[in-house]
Amino acid sequence: MAISEQDVKRIARLARIELSPEDAAQTQKELSDILGLMARLQAVDTQGVEPMAHPLSAHQEIQLRLREDVAAPTLTESERAELMANAPAQAEGLFLVPTVIE
Amino acid sequence: MDWEIVIGLETHVQLSTESKIFSNSSTRFGAAPNTQASVVDLALPGTLPVMNYGAVERAIVFGLAIGAHVAPFSKFERKNYFYPDLPKNYQISQLEIPVVQGGSLRFFVGDEEKTINLTRAHLEEDAGKSLHENFTGPHGESSTGIDLNRAGTPLLEIVTEPELRSAAEAVAYARTLHALVVWLGICDGNMQEGSFRVDANVSVRPRGQKEFGTRCEIKNVNSFRFLERAILFEARRQIELIEDGGTVVQETRLYDADRDETRSMRSKEDAHDYRYFPDPDLPPLVIAPEWIERIRAAMPELPSQKRQRFEEELGLTAYDAAQLTMDRATSDYFEEVAAALPQGQAKLGANWILGELAATLNREERELADCPVRPEQLAALIQRIIDGTISNKIARDVFAAMWAGEENGNPDAIIEARGLKQISDSGAISTMIDEVLAANPAIVEEYRAGRQKAFNSLVGQVMKAAKGKANPQQVNQLLKEKLDA
Amino acid sequence: MANLPLHTQFPSIQALRETLRSGELSAVELARSALEAIEAQSQLNAFLHVDAELTLAQASQADAALKSGEAPSLAGIPIAHKDVFVTRGWRTTAASRMLENYVSPFDATVVSRLAGAGAVSLGKLNCDEFAMGSGNETSYFGPVLNPWDHSRVPGGSSGGSAAAVAAGLVMAATGTDTGGSIRQPSAFCGLSGIKPTYGTVSRFGMIAYGSSLDQAGPIARHARDLLELLEPMVGFDPMDSTSLESCDGKANNAQRIRSNFDAALASQQQKGERPLDGLRIGVPREYFNGGLSPDVAQAVEQALRTFEELGAVRVEISLPRTELSIPAYYVIAPAEASTNLSRFDGVRFGHRTAQYGDLEEMTSRSRFEGFGPEVRRRILAGTYVLCHGYYDAYYLQAQRVRRMITTDFQQAFSEHCDVIMGPVSPNVARQIGDNREDPLADWLSDIYTLSVSLAGLPAMSVPCGFSAEPKLPIGLQIIGNYFAEGELLAIADCFQQATDWHQRTPGQQ
Repeated sequence: MAISEQDVKRIARLARIELSPEDAAQTQKELSDILGLMARLQAVDTQGVEPMAHPLSAHQEIQLRLREDVAAPTLTESERAELMANAPAQAEGLFLVPTVIE
Repeated sequence: MDWEIVIGLETHVQLSTESKIFSNSSTRFGAAPNTQASVVDLALPGTLPVMNYGAVERAIVFGLAIGAHVAPFSKFERKNYFYPDLPKNYQISQLEIPVVQGGSLRFFVGDEEKTINLTRAHLEEDAGKSLHENFTGPHGESSTGIDLNRAGTPLLEIVTEPELRSAAEAVAYARTLHALVVWLGICDGNMQEGSFRVDANVSVRPRGQKEFGTRCEIKNVNSFRFLERAILFEARRQIELIEDGGTVVQETRLYDADRDETRSMRSKEDAHDYRYFPDPDLPPLVIAPEWIERIRAAMPELPSQKRQRFEEELGLTAYDAAQLTMDRATSDYFEEVAAALPQGQAKLGANWILGELAATLNREERELADCPVRPEQLAALIQRIIDGTISNKIARDVFAAMWAGEENGNPDAIIEARGLKQISDSGAISTMIDEVLAANPAIVEEYRAGRQKAFNSLVGQVMKAAKGKANPQQVNQLLKEKLDA
Repeated sequence: MANLPLHTQFPSIQALRETLRSGELSAVELARSALEAIEAQSQLNAFLHVDAELTLAQASQADAALKSGEAPSLAGIPIAHKDVFVTRGWRTTAASRMLENYVSPFDATVVSRLAGAGAVSLGKLNCDEFAMGSGNETSYFGPVLNPWDHSRVPGGSSGGSAAAVAAGLVMAATGTDTGGSIRQPSAFCGLSGIKPTYGTVSRFGMIAYGSSLDQAGPIARHARDLLELLEPMVGFDPMDSTSLESCDGKANNAQRIRSNFDAALASQQQKGERPLDGLRIGVPREYFNGGLSPDVAQAVEQALRTFEELGAVRVEISLPRTELSIPAYYVIAPAEASTNLSRFDGVRFGHRTAQYGDLEEMTSRSRFEGFGPEVRRRILAGTYVLCHGYYDAYYLQAQRVRRMITTDFQQAFSEHCDVIMGPVSPNVARQIGDNREDPLADWLSDIYTLSVSLAGLPAMSVPCGFSAEPKLPIGLQIIGNYFAEGELLAIADCFQQATDWHQRTPGQQ
């Protein structure tokens, strides 16, 4: 099952993974093989079968649990610092990213 | 070429829950950055969403208010795109089966009433905010600060069918929707804080053409005035483009208020493949009929229901009824006034509230909540007009005095203190008329000669003599009798 | 005390518990000894993060509880966590460069529940990167060596967990199983492992790979030890919307499993010489096709005969869509993973590349650098199948096939059998580096374990023999119907009373 260079570029962009031309070529081959494997699904007659997104639905009526609407207290500065401790770049309590011009 | 403008609106309404849709962080506005963002909101590894009861409840309230179908079973999907204010780089939203389906909204455009159909309303999470001040990144690069306090706030996205046909209609719909969500208590309606944001889908087509033209989306307009101008600009832009031989490209645009124009958003790619698929972390939302009935039973009387009652039982015009039901404070005020007036006189109450009261509030830039005249006091004033104690004109002076706090706002006390009682004693009026007639023989002659103006002049003289306090109807009647005698 | 591996000193958690409670040994001494053993066996590369201070602090607490006489069930018992469970204190990397220096501000529910039961954590265990792999070779921090043969893989993705238990460094370890990642390394390392019914154990704090498939579970020396760990692990968690409050009407908690186990054991005792009398074992004919190696086939056959001697009967069944489980799984898991891993963008945590121009470059480069080739492959494949135009043919189709596979199991359980047994893997542990050129080869060897994950059923792996030459462990898979964890453990326990495969240790095959 062939996948085009164009497709690879597009997917890599959607997935935000930078691929050098060599990586892209390698990826193209690998993905084609993978898609070949996946293509076995096409031959299966699934008429009338509902897709199964939640394994729980197989054995019981599962439904979304709802949480009471109660707010947690606002974080103190030190609590915030703990949550932001792994940030690659921060200033004044904000996460920093290179500016996007809109 | 006769062009038709086609508009559909998508409104993002922030629901007034205490906590966020999928986490228990507070939704209160104005906190220090990232102090209302939990591990779930930050999308730290291993975190999972848990749905807020209050968000679902408010969605149901909205669905019932617009006569929509509340889905007994609805799903959540992941909408995938990368953006720094979207921590998971996907938004949890609803695509295939939204919680609210269909429904409609009535509103006035000028004097004309219109009903617009809604396609759907669904629950989703809001994104964080980008602060474009000049921060500097670790390599000296110009940077933007990301605040995730808003990320995860519950949104109800309300979508109309593309049935709006003018900027004015769009604004009228948006105002009515805004009033409704505030009325229902599901949204605080604060547009400066971003509680109510409108996207407009605008296209044009030759009148009579069945197919829709290519549409552009104008995003995130946060005032009604800008909404109107943005739509007007965009429609004109598209028409001019087509008339010049060009074609409209489907794209997303932003409205620039300073330049009064819409601009294409550079950062958005033309082909956004959101790759929607069912969120495996959230089983389907089931809404039992019992829950819907409980909510229906507890719902406040809707604006549309009050309107109908005001029209049918209290005899108001459709327009007045609509005006009085734009917000609960006004309709509550009106109902109190109407209740204190005799049967059939509610219209007077409506006139006073929509007229003198509204004008005064406007002039002083006050809200009804700060009105110094209480409903029962206004009713008492109106009662004095009805029973002839004072004329409409004098009543306005009394009203002003009540507003200013004279005699503790008691209309009777003011009338008494200022001696404003209308003279209705026909004897007294008769005497005054006789005096005026005697003093103005020339004008009497003019009247006899057929000049209506002379009559009015005589009335004026009588009123002057009575210091404005004579009952105008009686003056008119008696004067005519005497002149024609 | 001597640096002997734990399993040579204590045959079970129960035995160790008694030793600790008698005061013969303190939790701190035990922990120190374990730390030394881990150091001595560092070439296995089973552990990624060890912090003596943190461990000894937990051990001290356990000692205090033991002295007070009110110690919780696992007080002082040395365990360790697969590095996809977030932990305060120890780093959590998911064996990835992306999270090389990440320290979580909260503990996974599984971690806090086991800590609450008094267990002492020796640290974080190596695994395949983001749990994607079947040999622990995709780890950024290097492969894990199989204690039975250092030139071979321990299995994956919970390779570090299996190696640590097999080498006697800890009594038990937590793992995660999305397509076989508890069962297969257990089999390759001669251990017992269980993947419980989907929804019984919380996923909060477990770094997500395939959300509708992932489930946490223990790896240990035998069924009774698995039960010891499983009990505190199960239970409803309000932080996880896919976590179950009840299992077929019974509350989702430890007592449910324990009482099912006890009842099954009592029933076995009553039946004397044929404790498993009445048990129908479904044996899928599709599991015994050409792909199965003779060694594995023979060991499994021998195990089935043992079960027959114990009173069970074999029933041949058909699971016709077994092979389809491979493409179905490898559509669904990568699809879910592709979005689960979107949050790793170098903005709020994780690896950020050193050189970048704009935001898109920063994100794309950080992700290229942070993720290894297998992870990138799965993200890209997963992204593709969700794309407009392919969604129906791939993703929806896979979910339909998933339902059909689930129905096949349901039919087998309702009409033919009580449990299903078969191999875990077509082969024994392969050489490290063998599948480098062919990334799909590993995928294909998951054929016996994937369907169970797709259906959300509980399943175990128990040791049932060795390959001829070289002598490497072979595992038997036991698959139950929903919520049958107690029964499965009892069946495995019965087998383990009658055999000694689970008592063998590396060097004593």
